[in-house]
Amino acid sequence: MTDDIQSRLDSIAPLIVDGSPHAVALGLSLKALTPGRAVMGARYDESLVGDPDAGTLHGGVITALLDHACGMAAFAGFGAKDTPATLDLRIDYLRPARPGLDVTAEASCLKSHGLVAFVRATAHDGDPDDPVAIAQAAFMITKASKAAQERARRAYTEGRME
Amino acid sequence: MNPVLLETLMAAPYVARFGVRLDRRGNELTGVLPFADHLVGNPLIPALHGGAVGAFLEIVASASLLASQPLERLPKPIDVAIDYLRPARAQDVYARAVVARSGRRVANVRVEAWQNRIDAPVATLHGHFLITPAQGSSEAL
Repeated sequence: MTDDIQSRLDSIAPLIVDGSPHAVALGLSLKALTPGRAVMGARYDESLVGDPDAGTLHGGVITALLDHACGMAAFAGFGAKDTPATLDLRIDYLRPARPGLDVTAEASCLKSHGLVAFVRATAHDGDPDDPVAIAQAAFMITKASKAAQERARRAYTEGRME
Repeated sequence: MNPVLLETLMAAPYVARFGVRLDRRGNELTGVLPFADHLVGNPLIPALHGGAVGAFLEIVASASLLASQPLERLPKPIDVAIDYLRPARAQDVYARAVVARSGRRVANVRVEAWQNRIDAPVATLHGHFLITPAQGSSEAL
């Protein structure tokens, strides 16, 4: 069963960034995706700076990275079937990310049952024990997300048949 | 109100690239996020990326703090809680902030974002920001 989920995750992995224009625009990357867990990265880039004097990344970049990583962990926690929608996302910004360093977000799905998944995540710029931000989020399978997943599955199968 | 810092915030590479505009009428400020393809999170719904909506709300919170009182530095987010109430569709998003309390170090801000109807918000943010009020300025609000 776990292998089954893992093979679904592996098959969908290339779409996790490439299928999301905003993730592409921010230059996010997927580093690992296993049942209930997702690791994603954001490269330091001058075009993502929020405070030009300090040279630090904008909080919004961390927000988007954490949201995406948490969403993927929830997706993986739901058995890689339905794309969940974010219900809420709470972030503590512990310190600014150091200028020049890439940021990594590690998200774990703590629990998923029926329609709701609970996720916790940490973002760090090199040392997981010295995080820049921590996040907690809840996700839900909605009608819109179910329909979108169905379209994605169809597009994916048709793409493979060509 | 600090026009220089407000300009610094809006001209920051990330904010400029994002395309956020501020619509100011007297002391009322509305943030406008014009729709762009790069804001889409899931093209199949299609819906804007939750992170893009969250980032927009954070920018409007900071801009509202800068517009409401003289500050010496850009506000720094301490924590934010974002609620997603409806899918944000592939169209413009608007947001307005209420500064619930602004003290000598910390400000408490609420922001609401909407698309077609102001009474049908797509997302809300509640956050705390570290602020540095300009010397000699009285506690605003």
